[in-house]
Amino acid sequence: MNFANGALTEAVYYILLSLLEPRHGYGIMQNAEALSNGRVRLAAGTLYGAINTLLEKGWITALPGEKSSRKKEYVITDEGRTVLQNELKRLEELLDNGRALLGGN
Amino acid sequence: MKTIHKVFFVWEFDKEERWLNEMAAKGQLLTDVGFCRYVFEDGEPGVYQYRLELLEDAPSSPEGHSYIRFLEDTGAEQVGTLLRWVYFRKRTEDGPFDLFSDFDSRIAHLRRMLVMLTPILPLMICSSVLQFHNLGSWVGIVTGAVGLLVTYGIVRIILKIRRLQKERAISEG
Repeated sequence: MNFANGALTEAVYYILLSLLEPRHGYGIMQNAEALSNGRVRLAAGTLYGAINTLLEKGWITALPGEKSSRKKEYVITDEGRTVLQNELKRLEELLDNGRALLGGN
Repeated sequence: MKTIHKVFFVWEFDKEERWLNEMAAKGQLLTDVGFCRYVFEDGEPGVYQYRLELLEDAPSSPEGHSYIRFLEDTGAEQVGTLLRWVYFRKRTEDGPFDLFSDFDSRIAHLRRMLVMLTPILPLMICSSVLQFHNLGSWVGIVTGAVGLLVTYGIVRIILKIRRLQKERAISEG
């Protein structure tokens, strides 16, 4: 994942959006697919790596679950929300410029 | 049940994966793996999709275990392990089965193969050189040949990584 210019990868963007509510890994995959009308399919290996990186960065956190429960749930942190807000601003700039120069609505 | 002996080199893992999926499409479902050994059981054709991955940690380590459990929670099933390789399958009706969906994770996977292969080279070169004075020695010939083969594999993997890096420079997934 390249955060150098502040742009999130599509996977990270949809993971963070999905974790506005607590979800486990498979829940994130399903939610990202549903939000994007089936376009974004996060593969399990890629998702696992991304979750670990986001945990390290403190953008998401693991919920203390019951010990018997196998499926760990994650949720976004305040820092993660800030990152998402900034990303929205960046995406708006991209859209504004694209619409202004290319036309369309 | 039938056992097939077949050789795939590390850098041919995608070819190996294709072969396992062709077998599965014919109703030959992989149920166990060993060194150059594949065990198949008769089953319904096309029910499973197979994928294999070289893990960063041993499948039996806590890290490897936690990864395999994560994949199992997404509907995948571990068929077998061979050193750090894990063979997974998932029912076709549960949707497409991929382990990686972006360039970064695909590149990281290939890098793990490089890290595994590269230490073999100095060993082989040293051994060949030490045996060089003794040209008839089969040890020198074998280690030299293995060294050449591993070099070839490393070049193949590096070329694959380069191609992915080029694509990553202009797009995401």
